[in-house]
Amino acid sequence: MKAGQAPPCAPAEAGAQLGPGAGLLLSQEHKWLAVLAALFGLLAAAPALADSSLPPAALADTQLADPRQERQARALMDEIRCLVCQGQSIADSNAEMAGDMRALIRRRIEAGESPESIRAWLIARYGHWVSYDPPLEPVTWPLWGLPALLILAGLWLARGRFKRRRR
Amino acid sequence: MRTRLVLWVPLALFAILAALLLRPLLSPPQRDIPSALIGQAVPEFALVPGAEGRPGLASADLRRGRPHLVNIFASWCLPCRVEAPQLAELARRGVPVVGIAVRDRPEDLARFLAAYGNPFQAIGDDRDRQVQLALGSAGVPETFVVDGRGTIRHQHIGAVMAEDVPAILAAYEAAR
Repeated sequence: MKAGQAPPCAPAEAGAQLGPGAGLLLSQEHKWLAVLAALFGLLAAAPALADSSLPPAALADTQLADPRQERQARALMDEIRCLVCQGQSIADSNAEMAGDMRALIRRRIEAGESPESIRAWLIARYGHWVSYDPPLEPVTWPLWGLPALLILAGLWLARGRFKRRRR
Repeated sequence: MRTRLVLWVPLALFAILAALLLRPLLSPPQRDIPSALIGQAVPEFALVPGAEGRPGLASADLRRGRPHLVNIFASWCLPCRVEAPQLAELARRGVPVVGIAVRDRPEDLARFLAAYGNPFQAIGDDRDRQVQLALGSAGVPETFVVDGRGTIRHQHIGAVMAEDVPAILAAYEAAR
């Protein structure tokens, strides 16, 4: 990966700001600034994982012709976690792998597969971790049950206080 | 006095919970994602040859009785250069190594193999990364040990370093 190229998780523009020619546009006395900026650019562009030099997959950034299918694909992309930029969904991530996963989802939706079956296919490979919609199972029940329990506990506490006050 | 202190308990609990929840939100931990397919059959695939002089790779090739190391790599992947000597060493010890080249061009691949060695008996061209995704692999390089019936037995995430060779050899022997 060349210095100045965007790291896979950053928006594409971030790395493009400091091209190799950036210093040439500045006057002589500002050259040290350009050097500093270039150094900063190097730091900012610390590569986590390089991407290939091939163009993005055909359907990575191209919407499907059928708006209903595109809506389905888009909804699923928002709920699938990027494997490279792990805090992002593949819809938000600029990583090449996220693009390949968007292409995979669009291609399968276009072929008539249901979003839930594609989600299941991905979960079978990467675990529930890959989906932002965790299912209700023994490990995850606190996630769903705790808020309800806390509200019940709060109601019970409040009830106790009101009773005492009335007396 | 004691009741005063007790009053602070809910706030303290809230602060602890908030800290626990905020930390991974602000800096999501980056972790390895193991394939969930370990112990299961290799998904069906058939890849055209990625480099001259080597056949392509299909899932049927992995069911012919001998275990294989399936190395997922790319010419543009820097750690793949680092692991090349270890793959060569494994191949020298008689381990059949096959490759899946992710998002690569034949000419780039040829340059890579000329520079860093070619331990591969077969190289499949996974240009659109579909086989890598089907295997549950989350990056390059990764190395799978597949037994002679095409069942995935072991996954190594990241470059195979010298200290990883014994574990991979052991997984290969266990798969025989």
